[in-house]
Amino acid sequence: MTQFTPWSAAAGGALIGAAAALLWVALGRIAGISGILGGLAGAPAGERGWRLAFLAGLVGAPLVAAAAFGAPEALVAAGPARLALAGLLVGFGTRLGTGCTSGHGVCGIARLSPRSIAATGVFMATAAATVFVARHVLGS
Amino acid sequence: MPRILAALAAGLLFGLGLVVSGMVNPAKVLGFLDVAGDWDPSLAFVMAAAIPVAALGFQLGGRMPAPLCAPAFAPPARRRIDARLLGGAALFGIGWGLAGFCPGPALASLGFGGWPVLGFVAAMLAGMGLHRLAEGGATPRPGRDGPGQVAPAQCGSGRRR
Repeated sequence: MTQFTPWSAAAGGALIGAAAALLWVALGRIAGISGILGGLAGAPAGERGWRLAFLAGLVGAPLVAAAAFGAPEALVAAGPARLALAGLLVGFGTRLGTGCTSGHGVCGIARLSPRSIAATGVFMATAAATVFVARHVLGS
Repeated sequence: MPRILAALAAGLLFGLGLVVSGMVNPAKVLGFLDVAGDWDPSLAFVMAAAIPVAALGFQLGGRMPAPLCAPAFAPPARRRIDARLLGGAALFGIGWGLAGFCPGPALASLGFGGWPVLGFVAAMLAGMGLHRLAEGGATPRPGRDGPGQVAPAQCGSGRRR
């Protein structure tokens, strides 16, 4: 069980919001991770650079932070088969639904997009239902 | 080049935010999703802080004729709430609940997370590839992720629409 950490959660959230604001003001793009990553395939040459730069920052900042302050706490309880199934569903689902926690959950809600509000409600609900079944029904 | 640097800065901020907020820890994400168990509301605080800050950026953008480093804003083209949106969101949620990883934190963990993260990200890319195949593949569709082609531009050279 993890501890409730309101201050660091809010501080990190503000940084994420600032990243989304910067990407919109500077590039006019939505900071949706699944869209930026998934859009790499088949993107015209002029569209690849900024996507790669954003993703390099996304991977690089935690890497530098881990080297400077030690790796952040991260406990992965799922085994290989469950991780593989989860990854497939996340990859396929975010492309079909054109967004994830960042694109719909942060940017979309900030833009008051009805699509994103609906999508966020649905993925929060199915995620919570999945955890409920896994933990309290199947006990895994 | 300013475009690349701005995107890199945004990515760095985003990655740092995921570390600071603790969202790179799948156990913490699952602790939020486990509303019937020992609930950890942290993720709600992440969103409650991120959304208004992002909204300020969208408000600011709304008063600008064009982004600083690109010719035009690229809002999502789709408007309808349809079965694809809701079905995709439902599948994504199930995957998210199974392991506690969504795309951002998974990528942000690549540098330190070891094999479980590599495995998850590989499967996620495969899932994205499957979707691309199912959609009929190789033809790029301008408009799905915003306009397909935005010419590289210098900061400040954006033209009025």
